[in-house]
Order: sequence, then structure tokens, then C-alpha cells
Amino acid sequence: MSTVKDVVLLSENTVVILFEQNISLDIAREVSRYQAAIEQVLSDFIIDMVPSYASIHITFNLRKVRSGDFNHSLKTLFSEIDDRQVEQIEKRLIEIPIYYGDEVGFDLTSVAEKAGLTSQQVINIHAGRVYDVYAMGFAPGFAFLGSVDERIATPRKKSPRKHIPAGSLGIANQQTAIYPSDSPGGWQIIGKTPINLVDYSAEEPTVIKSNCQIKFIPISKQTFIEMGGEI
Amino acid sequence: MALEIINPGFLTLLQDYGRYGLQKFGITHGGPMDEHAFLWGNRLLGNDFNAVQLEICLGGFAVRFHKSTIVALCGAQAQVSLNNQKINMWQTHCVEPGDEIRVDVFSSGLYAYLAIKQGFDVGVQLNSVATVMREKLGGLHQDGQKLVNKENIDYRQHVNEYRGVAEFKTVVPARFLPSYQDEVILRFIPNRSESGCSDQTIDDFVNQSFEVSADINRMGYRLQGDAISSEKKGIISQGISVGTIQLPPAGQPIILMKDRQTVGGYPQLGCLVYQDIGLLSQCRPGAKVTFQAVELSEVEQEFIAYLQFFGVKL
Repeated sequence: MSTVKDVVLLSENTVVILFEQNISLDIAREVSRYQAAIEQVLSDFIIDMVPSYASIHITFNLRKVRSGDFNHSLKTLFSEIDDRQVEQIEKRLIEIPIYYGDEVGFDLTSVAEKAGLTSQQVINIHAGRVYDVYAMGFAPGFAFLGSVDERIATPRKKSPRKHIPAGSLGIANQQTAIYPSDSPGGWQIIGKTPINLVDYSAEEPTVIKSNCQIKFIPISKQTFIEMGGEI
Repeated sequence: MALEIINPGFLTLLQDYGRYGLQKFGITHGGPMDEHAFLWGNRLLGNDFNAVQLEICLGGFAVRFHKSTIVALCGAQAQVSLNNQKINMWQTHCVEPGDEIRVDVFSSGLYAYLAIKQGFDVGVQLNSVATVMREKLGGLHQDGQKLVNKENIDYRQHVNEYRGVAEFKTVVPARFLPSYQDEVILRFIPNRSESGCSDQTIDDFVNQSFEVSADINRMGYRLQGDAISSEKKGIISQGISVGTIQLPPAGQPIILMKDRQTVGGYPQLGCLVYQDIGLLSQCRPGAKVTFQAVELSEVEQEFIAYLQFFGVKL
């Protein structure tokens, strides 16, 4: 039985595929599987595809396909998806260096205090697992990663900061993310990467993509600065 | 020297049709707020649908040309002059080196477009010139900035052999001219799915009129009216279509425009019919808007005809 709950025609040329509306790794992986199958079979008709936690939003080319036919093609594909040899694209593991220090991780100490842990324990827990990309959006290259260990899951700040520097690593409940560009924001900042996550001159303009897995590698302040990081 | 900005006015941005295929990276479409006016400009000049134009917001704009070419201004209503002689919008005009075009502060509407033969020659960034200030993407210097005084934008010279002899003008037929009014009815396709709203909430939405608030920009237009209550406070963030009508918990709808974020977590009342998004873009704060629910099957053919007429390949 297909895990897709609904296919909704939103406008003349957009459709959203809804899965069970929960945030979980199982559903995130179903989204990836369906995304791969759709790309394999229907990419000629697709202008934009936005996978998210529990949905896939598609803008299709009305010069090539009518909404009724596109909807039908999606449903046919979904009914066959378990028999079909979907080339399971092995998720690419990306390692991102992070300096977890108070000068750049403004909230590291308070996150540790709230959790009843030391800062070092918070770092070990945060860097101790591999994260999946659940969604991308908010800003170019902003990837919502999950899931953060419950012991260090901390809600957003009550009032957002007006300025968070590009590269800052934050936690919001069981999600974690890096701000790819300077921005206001309410996440708890615990570290910073020296690398640039968005490059508009590259063919693929963001380092993190929806089909990646992420591992954070703790680095020293000296390495951070040597790699071009700014305190 | 090509096109010299003498006065950029409140906000003038380089725009082409937009930046497509990159939403999966969190990069928005951008492109003209009033696509209908933009596409007429390119059609009048025999340009590709994607040719680069200037999007002028509110007017108070002036430029000087340093090469001969043909131009057209479409969109918001304004007094426009060529070397201090009044000229009409929605038609082509020949210009020669030294000529100046001035656009007064608009009398109605918010966006007008200066189209030029073959489009402005500007380097693309991620396959598009569309300026998205929030993303620091596109525009003249590929940094998402608005145009400023004394900047020069290049274009190809086009010699007007018949100028002054039998100057041929192309004009938008009167029946196609929009009027940007203070009261508009916008058609939308309701969303009753799990990320949408209940029949009751959608009924409440269509049974009243709203005012366009002062909180409007290229990302979204916030409306104000009697607050609409909905049991649903939020949805799990999902990709959002241009023209999506979101209902935040405060009950005042927000309609998402060309520079919207690529995902959103508010329940959706529905999505505007594509051509009505441009109509809304021209509404000033205080304009009265009401909504009419339509079926997708009623409007699909209209949109296909629109894309074919203007030669849009997307």
C-alpha cells in the first residue's frame, strides 16, 4: 500500500503530494524514495520540485502536460512504486567542520545549563550522530536537519536575534541547521562552520542538498581561523 | 554608455521571467510582479518572453538613452514623457542617443515595466537576471541590489530607419488593457486538503472583503479584515505555489508573491488563479479585495492560452 495520503492540485500548474503528516525519519525516507522515482519517470514535465518533511511540491510544465494527465501519471507511478526498480541513490555523506566555542556559539553555555550537562557533553552529543536532511527552504541553502538527541533538544529563543552571522549552527527543538547567510533568527546558536555553504557561481549552488546526510566534525579555534573562519 | 539611470525612483530592479528549477536549493522564482504587463512589453517588441526589462515601483523614474533602439512601457498608470513630450504607455517608441524618458509618480498601480528591443544585456546568475534582494541574487552587479543613479545598463543598438518618416508603432489593443482599480475580485482555487482549510473557514473567507494592508512587498501581500478563525494553527512546512493564500493564526491572510520563501508552514486557504496574481500586485494599500472560488477546470484553458499567446516556454 502506498504511503502517499493525497495528491492535491493546488493551481493550474502546481501539485502537492502529501504523506502522513508527521515529522519522522521513516517519512523523510519515503519522501526521498518517491522523489527519486518521480525524477526518473516524469522529469521532462517538471519545472521545480520541492521535497519537504512529509510532502513533495511540484511545478509542472503546462506547455507539455495537462494537470489531469500529470495527476494520473503520478497516481500510476505510485501504484507501481513498490514493484519498480527505483535506483536507490545512496545518500551522500557530507562532513562539515564546526568550531563549537563560546565566541561563536552564543548559546552553547545556556543550552548546556538547561540540559544539565557540560558544554563538552553537548558537543559530543551533537557531533556524535549523522543527520538526515528533512527539508530545505527559508533561505537559499538552509537545510533543516534531524533529529537532535532529546537530551540537548532546546526550544527556539523567546525573541529572535536580529543578526546571526553566516555559518552559525543552531538548534531548535529536535532540529538543527546552519544559517548559510547573515540573517535574523531564533535558533539556539552552539557553533560555527568556517566553510561557505552557498556559492551562486557553482552549478549546484548549495553544499547541502535534500538527498544528503550530514556529520559535524568538531575543530579547534585555531583550525577554524586557519580555514578562514571569523570570530 | 547605453541606458543611463538619471533617477531610479523608489525601487527599480532588473527582471527577466524568473529563476526556475532551483527551488530545491531554497532559491525562489523571482521575476516580474505583474507578469501580464511584463509579457506585453516583450511581445510588443518581438522579444523572447524572457528578455530582461526594468521593473519600476511607484514611479518618479528617469533614464537617458545613448544608442538608438525601440522601447515600450507597460503596467501601472503614469504620465510618461520622451524629451518632455507626453507619450503613451502600452506601445512602442523609437529612441535616439541623448533621448530621455521620464515616468512620473504613478497615478494608479504599483509596478510598470520598461521593455527594450532584444532586452537588456546583463550577465545571468544561476541562469537568470531576476533581482532578488533578500537572496542577494541577480541584478546588474549580481548581488541582488536595486539600481541606483548614474548606473549604465547595456543593450544592443537597433537602428530605426523609418523614424520621423513613417514611424511604425505597435500598440496593445484597447480590449487587453487592464485597469488597476481600488476594488478587485480575485479568483482562487480553494485548498480543502490536509494542508488546507475547512469548508467553513473557506466560506468565511469568501463572504467578506479585505483591505490590502501597508505590509506588502515582493515576497507577500498581507490583507486585513475580520479575523478568520480556524482550528488549524499550522501545518508541517511544505513547498508553496506563487499566489498561495496563507492563513496565519491571527486570521489575516497573506498572499505569497514572486519572491516568496520556497516553503511555508501556515494553513492554506487556496491559491490565486495565475493571471490574478498580477492583478493583486498592482493593488495599493487600502484597495478592497474580495475572493471568488473557482474550479481548476474552469481556468486551466485560460492559462494555457495565456502561455501560448505570450510564447512562454515554461
